Amino acid sequence: MREMRTPLGRVRGLGSAKTGTEDFWHQRLTAMANIPLVIAGVVIVISLAGRNHAAAAQILGSPLIAILMLLFIISVTFHMRIGMQVIIEDYVHEETSKIALITLNTFYTVAVALVSAFAILKLSFGV
Amino acid sequence: MANSKTPSDLTRPLSPHLQIYRPMLTMVMSIVHRITGGALYVGTLLLAWWLLAIASGPNAYATFQMVASSFIGRLVLLGYTWALIHHMLGGIRHLIWDTGRGFGPAEREWMARATLFGSITLTVLLWLFVYLVTGGLR
Repeated sequence: MREMRTPLGRVRGLGSAKTGTEDFWHQRLTAMANIPLVIAGVVIVISLAGRNHAAAAQILGSPLIAILMLLFIISVTFHMRIGMQVIIEDYVHEETSKIALITLNTFYTVAVALVSAFAILKLSFGV
Repeated sequence: MANSKTPSDLTRPLSPHLQIYRPMLTMVMSIVHRITGGALYVGTLLLAWWLLAIASGPNAYATFQMVASSFIGRLVLLGYTWALIHHMLGGIRHLIWDTGRGFGPAEREWMARATLFGSITLTVLLWLFVYLVTGGLR
């Protein structure tokens, strides 16, 4: 027997990298958070759909709506980043392109998150 | 067995991909889950644009509304709504699977049908509500 540790012991020790299941868990964590947040987000978007700019800006800037939208944006973009990374890793096998695309994926999702969060905070703080 | 390889074994595909299998509902739903996820990944740009337009002022908001209420805009928003609901229901199915339940032939078929029926029904109801109650997009 070359390996003294049991398979379970090896899994608990998480191998030499000591990591590996964070993305899996975070994908589920954000998925669960997304369910109530997407419902809240859809209700907010629909209730603002027919309004003029002043009303939309005022409602989006109110604390409860702004907090819900911020949570929605953070959870959704986090979920998007992991999901697209899985797609890239499934289909792109050339190492350089894969790392380039995974990097762009992070840039894109962080940019979408920041633009949206900045807009919500600007409306909330009214400047 | 490694030592029983014949030339015909070597030319056979090692990992049969989509074109090998007869399409089944559960398989199509799995593919659609990934496609809707990819579509939502791009579609979130619309949400960011909407928020930025409101934060930027009445002119930027008017531009957004003009694009969103055009025929193409409404079509994209309809597709976005369906993709969002479908991906969410598909995600709930995956969360059920994560608990180790729902893998039986009858269950997985039932859940696949419920996801598809649910996403289409909810999308239609949501858009009917928007048009009948709030007066639609302006």
